[in-house]
Amino acid sequence: MTVTDVSATAPNAQGYRGFKLGGFHFSRDEFFVHLSWPTGKHVISADTFLKALQRDVAWDFFYGTVNFDHVFGTVNHYGTVDMFAGRFNDAYRKAELDHSENFDTLLIRETFKEMLDDWTNASFDPFASPTETGKPFGVKNGSNTAAVTRRRVAANRMVGVPGDEQIRTDATHPINRMFADVPQDDPDIHAEPGFEGEVAAYNLFAYLSRSDVTWNPSVVSVCKASLYCPTTEEYILPVVHGNDRVEWFVQLSDEIVWEVHDRDTGAPRSKVTMKAGDVAAMPGDIRHQGYSSKRSMLLVWENASPGLPELISTGQVSVYPVDF
Amino acid sequence: MTTYETKFGSLDYYEKGGIEVIDDDPKHYAFSNVFEVANASAPWEKVAVGKNMEYVLEVIRAEGTSEWRTCAHDEFPLVLDGEVTIELVKLDIPLVAADKHGSVSLGGEPIGKAMGRIVLRRGHQALLPANAAYRMSADTASVVLLQTIHGDDTIERWAEICLS
Repeated sequence: MTVTDVSATAPNAQGYRGFKLGGFHFSRDEFFVHLSWPTGKHVISADTFLKALQRDVAWDFFYGTVNFDHVFGTVNHYGTVDMFAGRFNDAYRKAELDHSENFDTLLIRETFKEMLDDWTNASFDPFASPTETGKPFGVKNGSNTAAVTRRRVAANRMVGVPGDEQIRTDATHPINRMFADVPQDDPDIHAEPGFEGEVAAYNLFAYLSRSDVTWNPSVVSVCKASLYCPTTEEYILPVVHGNDRVEWFVQLSDEIVWEVHDRDTGAPRSKVTMKAGDVAAMPGDIRHQGYSSKRSMLLVWENASPGLPELISTGQVSVYPVDF
Repeated sequence: MTTYETKFGSLDYYEKGGIEVIDDDPKHYAFSNVFEVANASAPWEKVAVGKNMEYVLEVIRAEGTSEWRTCAHDEFPLVLDGEVTIELVKLDIPLVAADKHGSVSLGGEPIGKAMGRIVLRRGHQALLPANAAYRMSADTASVVLLQTIHGDDTIERWAEICLS
């Protein structure tokens, strides 16, 4: 694919390019992103839109649905992606104002990447806590390509194993202000000669205390399709994640409150408060958004088996984690 | 400058959250707490607190010395409280079939070459390499969260550990 496949306009009066994908049109001004599609239009704060767009791009559309807000979002079909407006909003659907189009992943990925790069100004980092970055607003003012194209950490076996993802140090990842009290001690490792590559351990809590991003799960250990994807959370999860499979959370430190709604209608189902040591599943038929007052450590545990969404959607596997 | 306190849990002290149900069944969330589970477990029991198809998260109350175990695939212990020592031995002959899920007991001492020893404290994660033999020990009660696959010795007691 070449850059010419992305449909974009020349910069507008505020300096931002417009983008078109299928029947969807996107533009931004100093404060807002404006969307339109054949049956309607919508406005989202540039702050909200860019933070959600950043995660959708970095996660390559993630598992299931990424709702930017109550109207707009994407559904991953792992090779193609649906982009929708009002599809998971009861009122839009009843009014028949909802709209959805399916795109090859490559095309929507490249369009979103260009949009993210063009619309993110020099002082704004969409992955950062609101207190650790500048504002996204105003006329176009440079770019922050290094931030929006961060490489997503994905260990093949485990962080710290020779040849795999390496631990974080002061040189690249200073300890976050809210984790200054997290012990930085290393495990004691005594490997016999010849086994240095397999006798491995690291301090996961220290590793997380040095994360420079929020709400961005990254893989630290892999047991076949079982992925440990811990992340550090502060303020609000910038997307509302709709599950296409059961997803598990282990609260490693502090506290997160999850607002849980029905995946398809958006109707409230529960509030889940998780404190250090709590374990909970997010069922395969919900959407969830987290709130973390103090930066916390969350272990997101995913089953990346490729056939799982179909097993769930065809009723061969329950949307609930266990039966008891 | 504001000082922040990071809150971790332990066997001696933890706070448990909960579920405010609006229109749902709390069982759908399989909500438990690793320290509560470990407090109610016998040493070295492997109690599932997470399950996704064949994959599980097991809570292990580490106390004293475990039996020697081996597994056909990698496993990953994460210490959430206390201190745990792990000894590793490269078995001369792998003892489990390549497609066997979860770890099994050796039923005795391993035959092979010593690979090394690791001491883990809170927050430390280690690799238990496929087809190695391992044994854990802890002088005082400690808590391990193990990333693995459901095996013969995985214990499921959801009704006892989960909110309902």
